[in-house]
Amino acid sequence: MEYWVIFIGAVFVNNIVLSQFLGICPFLGVSNKISTSAGMSGAVLFVMTIATTVTYLLHTYILVPMGLDYLRTITFILVIAALVQMVEIILKKVSPPLYQALGVFLPLITTNCAVLGVAILALGMENGTLLKAVFFAFSSSVGFALALIVFASIREFLELADLPEGMKGVPINLLVAGLLSLAFLGFAGLV
Amino acid sequence: MGSSGEMKQNFLKGIIKENPVFVMLLGMCPTLGVTSSAFNGLGMGLATLFVLLMSNIVVSLIKSQIPNKVRIPAFIVIIASFVTIVEMVLEAYIPFLYEQLGIFIPLIVVNCLILGRAESFASKNSLTASIVDALGMGMGFVIALTALGATREILGNGSIFEFRFVGEDANTLILFILPPGAFIALAYLAIVFNRVTQKVA
Amino acid sequence: MMVKKKESTLINMVLVLFAITLAAGLSLGYVNDITLEPKAKARLAKKMKALNVVLPQYDNDPIRDWVMMKMPTVKDSVEIYPGYRDSVFAGAAVTGVSERGYSGLVKLMVGFEPDGQIKNISVLEQKETPGLGTKMKGDKFLRQFREKHPASFDLKVKKDGGEVDALAGATISTRAFSEATQQAYDAYIIFKEKNLKSDK
Repeated sequence: MEYWVIFIGAVFVNNIVLSQFLGICPFLGVSNKISTSAGMSGAVLFVMTIATTVTYLLHTYILVPMGLDYLRTITFILVIAALVQMVEIILKKVSPPLYQALGVFLPLITTNCAVLGVAILALGMENGTLLKAVFFAFSSSVGFALALIVFASIREFLELADLPEGMKGVPINLLVAGLLSLAFLGFAGLV
Repeated sequence: MGSSGEMKQNFLKGIIKENPVFVMLLGMCPTLGVTSSAFNGLGMGLATLFVLLMSNIVVSLIKSQIPNKVRIPAFIVIIASFVTIVEMVLEAYIPFLYEQLGIFIPLIVVNCLILGRAESFASKNSLTASIVDALGMGMGFVIALTALGATREILGNGSIFEFRFVGEDANTLILFILPPGAFIALAYLAIVFNRVTQKVA
Repeated sequence: MMVKKKESTLINMVLVLFAITLAAGLSLGYVNDITLEPKAKARLAKKMKALNVVLPQYDNDPIRDWVMMKMPTVKDSVEIYPGYRDSVFAGAAVTGVSERGYSGLVKLMVGFEPDGQIKNISVLEQKETPGLGTKMKGDKFLRQFREKHPASFDLKVKKDGGEVDALAGATISTRAFSEATQQAYDAYIIFKEKNLKSDK
């Protein structure tokens, strides 16, 4: 039951992009087409879930017992960077077609605040267990995918719209994102 | 060594032509995430400026010692260290700001602005130029964040820098303190910024 | 400006990364040592401030007289700061904790009158969503708890059948807050039973 709450929370009520403001760079940068959004979302799902697993274990069983909690930021980001490299290599070997689809997005994920952000957020969960943390990461990446793909679909239409010069590009994208965020605000109080 | 005219250009570009937030769309996460008040925006801007400055300095100083293939991990370690220092100092000396900025403090490390400047500027330019670049970009970031924070605070809370100018229970446009408001406020600020800089340029 | 970089041989790469990481680790360890004390001081100052806001009038040193209590349902020990006036028990500030805030831990300091009525509540720690859950620190929200007695005032969110008005858009935060307050009250009752039998 609790897992359901975590899922709904991360995907709708506190959507990682539209309410928590994590992952905005790819959200604005990659979402001009649905295909790239899907690709990025896939890559994020992969990395986020695996990264949170590793960082959670690292934090709980190494950093905290040794009193090295302050090294959290630096170790987490290094883990993520290393993971991304590894995933790239493994993906190339194991599934070239998948690599073709996702590969180009992988380096961008290192600086994706969503991955680091979720890894840190997962630490603050109530009665946290590894399973819950990983599930939270998985749900967050689903939320990320949802926001990205919905936004991309809107943007594809936006290309054809007739806009005042000053609003083209950044401003209208932000406004649409704002409206999307407003829509998601309606989920508040659901859990 | 650059002339003072060159230095001025270097500095100003960070504020206008290549403003990290309005033009280059870098560092969007903290920009939207912590600007619910002017004070928070300013605090975050200054914290980022500090990390940017220190990392540009260190990268520029040891740039010839870093083998090309490991430059990204090297930059990351350097940046992450300064971010951690900021985290610790804030928690110890300015706990209020530490609480307000919350998770966005460690997220400074993935602020594409800082890694971007290290990679595209500090690793290829002199120490002085790198310092000026950091100051310019940093100031551009501070101005953008403070402006956004102030806008959202004025509209959403009827105050600026915690100084209220409406009554306690007045109906303010709370939307602006909520997530959608961040997007909307930034959108309009971007429009204004573009208009103004077009006229000036 | 063309910069001559070191060659990317394996040994260079490893050495440089090792050196940088070592330098980073040492500086961070150093800064950590310097800031450990100020951090503790900041937390203590915050606690003092919270105590003064929630405790009824006292003339002792509640921090010196504090009591730690283990409660079966709570992870860390509950902290109780009793206040005395002319050696008569005048109430206590009790920490209340809930890990079920939206972003995790919500820690409160609840000040009780001798009979158990809430005098005031102070938020010690929370990482809730800015502008939403963070409003739990505001007077507008806290007002509803003052002068209420948990035995008669149901410390649950209205949506769950209780009497607490939830924060707009922050039901989870409010639930955590209410839960923490309830826990503080439960601890206070146990404390009174255990400790006040002896000194009358």
